[in-house]
Order: sequence, then C-alpha cells, then structure tokens
Amino acid sequence: MSKEWPLWEVFIRGQHGLNHRHVGSLHAPDAEMAILNARDVYTRRNEGVSIWVVKSVDITASSPSEKGPLFEPSNSKVYRHPTFYDIPEEVGHM
Amino acid sequence: MYAQLVSTDGLKKPEEMTPEERAFQERIDRGEKIEPKEWMPEGYRKTLIRQIGQHAHSEIVGQLPEGNWITRAPTLERKAILLAKVQDEAGHGLYLYCAAETLGVSRDELMELLHKGKMKYSSIFNYPTLTWADMGAVGWLVDGAAIMNQVPLQRTSFGPYSRAMIRICKEESFHQRQGYAIMMKMASGTPAQKAMAQDALNRLWYPSLMMFGPSDKDSVHSAQSMAWKIKMNTNDELRQKFVDQTVPQAEYLGLTVPDPNLKWNEEKGGYDFSEPDWSEFFDVIAGNGPCNKDRLGARVKAWDDGAWFREGLVAHAEKAAARKAPVAAE
Repeated sequence: MSKEWPLWEVFIRGQHGLNHRHVGSLHAPDAEMAILNARDVYTRRNEGVSIWVVKSVDITASSPSEKGPLFEPSNSKVYRHPTFYDIPEEVGHM
Repeated sequence: MYAQLVSTDGLKKPEEMTPEERAFQERIDRGEKIEPKEWMPEGYRKTLIRQIGQHAHSEIVGQLPEGNWITRAPTLERKAILLAKVQDEAGHGLYLYCAAETLGVSRDELMELLHKGKMKYSSIFNYPTLTWADMGAVGWLVDGAAIMNQVPLQRTSFGPYSRAMIRICKEESFHQRQGYAIMMKMASGTPAQKAMAQDALNRLWYPSLMMFGPSDKDSVHSAQSMAWKIKMNTNDELRQKFVDQTVPQAEYLGLTVPDPNLKWNEEKGGYDFSEPDWSEFFDVIAGNGPCNKDRLGARVKAWDDGAWFREGLVAHAEKAAARKAPVAAE
C-alpha cells in the first residue's frame, strides 16, 4: 500500500466575530490541499468565513483519565462565580 | 440499514462485567458521550469500527447508482442538483471515515477491507438505477429510509459518530426532498412518465424495506448494541415507521405501493405490510445481487486508477517541505 495522506484537524469560523471551532478532520497531502478539501467537505453550504487546518499529530491533548486531578483546582473555588455573593435587592442589578 | 448485520459477542449481564465495563455501561446509561481516547470495552470499539466503516462504505458506494445519471439528467438544473447530492454522499462518507479513524483504524485500511470484500456496504446499492425516475425513488425511499435510522443515531453514545450523524442529518433532508420533487414531477406528467415513476416504486419498494435488515427483536447482538446505544431502535420498529410515513406520500403521488397486503391497522396505529423476500436479501449481501460486481469493481478501479495521483501529491508535498526545511549546519 502506498503512503497514506496525513490527517488534519479542521477549524472553521462560522461567522465574523465568532471563534474558529473544531468541525472534524480529513486527509490531505499538504496544508494547501487540506484547506481546499476542508472547503469541499465542511463548508458546502456557506458554513464558514475562515478555515484553519492543523496536522492531527501536532495536537497535544489532555488525558481523559487525568480529567479529575487536572480540573480539580477550580472545583473548590466557588467564589470565582458571581452567584457566590449575596447582594441585597435594594442595591439593584449588579 | 446503511450498516446491516453488524454482530457483537452478545449482551453481557451486569454480574458478568468487570468493574471497568460496569462503570462504562453506567456512563452510557447516564447519557454521557464516550470520546475516542477514553477507556472502552474492546467489543464496543470493534463493533463501532465495523458499523461506522460499513456506514461510510455505503455512502461512498451509494454515489455510484446516482452518478450513473449525472450525464443524462433531463435538465441542467436537475444535473446540478444531482451533482450536489452525489457530492454530499462523498462528504458523508468522509465524516464517517474520520469518526471510524478515531477508534484506531485508518481510512486506507477500511478501504482495503472494502475492496477485498471483507467489509460490506448496504444491500440497497446493489440494485440498478434503470430510469430517471429511479433518481426520484432513490432520494425519496432510500434516503428516506436512511433518515429513519440516522435521526435517532444522532443520540448515539460515541461522540464522533454522534457528531457525524448530526452533520449528515442536516444535509440529508435535501436529498429526500429533491427525490420526492422528481417523483411529483413525473407522477403528474404524461402517462408514460407516471408509469415510469410507478415502475421505480415497484422495483425499489422491497429493497428499501430490506435496508432495515431482518427482524432482530430477539437478537442478542442487537441487545448488546442497544445497551451500548450504538443502535437506538430495532429493525422492525424503524421499518414500521418508514412504511407508516411513506404510504401517505405514495398516495399523494397517486402511485400504488406494490403490496396487496398493505392495510391500515387501526388497533396498532400503523400499516400491516408484507415482509420483503429475505432470501433475496441474504443473496445480495452474499455478493449475488444484480450489481455487486459492478459496484465493487468501480470502487477498486477508481482507487487503483487514482494511485498515481495520490502518490504524486505526496511526492510534491515532501519535496516542498524539504525545500522549506532549514539546512543543518555542517
């Protein structure tokens, strides 16, 4: 079997003012072709105004099994949320 | 359906499960999505690879019966529409191959299994598309049947599969509606055109019912797949739903569903209907349908004929990358 095309992750900005969002992946020989393929595979109905592609092997992901310890530090910090503070009604909207 | 006869090792009872398997099942029961890098039972992974792979192959092979009519569409507009639909099918195949790849198999490996006849695609695509009316009937019935199955699969437990299904369902409704629009046009046309529409319905009705697969209400394979939420309904449930939805649409067209036993059953709130000939189904699955050899042959030829192109692009990409790379200091 000949060499497989590398896998790319595709990110699309749906509208001006929004973040690029991961929409899926595809195979392409290089970045330029990845952009063209991404246009054909993921934006056939005007779903985007901008495309990013990045080789899947270049993405470093957090490990699902360490989800607990990784996100634990923020669990105990309820005071980071506005609802932690009781503001009397007389004060009005804050 | 697009994935027919995908089997598992059978349903495990809670007391037979390891603690990991039990925790996994509990996550699914709570409605949590399973993501690729998370722990999953080998059976879940293997069954999903087979199911998603088969589904992807069906999308790609499904381009062939319709591609047959692109050059002969009756108007430029119909041609553009059909081209867009066939292109969508390629896209759907790609979404699904990518979902399968997150489970540790590569797209080229899946292609190779298809080409060697070791993986299947839906039985429906082994039937020929003989007239333009078949383009209507395929969109209306085949895509209609596919939607029946794909809508519930949007809630499947495996994240990438679920997300692929959501994308596909968004686009699939166009497929069914353009098919029905062709049928409406033909059914309200000349007597010859209407007869052509009726003939398409006659030929594709039972193969469409077969798409859901044989009755599986007592099958242990289905029970396991349903517990894992990679199958959401029994084959019979979906088939019934499909018939109930489709019969009034045929009536609107003034066409007759080719089943003398078709009758509304007030008590069950659905139609009674004849089962398709299951021996024909198993025959088609075994490779003896009218077009099995053509379809697989066309796939293999496209793959082989495209090899020089795929390799050429890789060579070009490697050269361009080498030109860009800084030369190491001596």
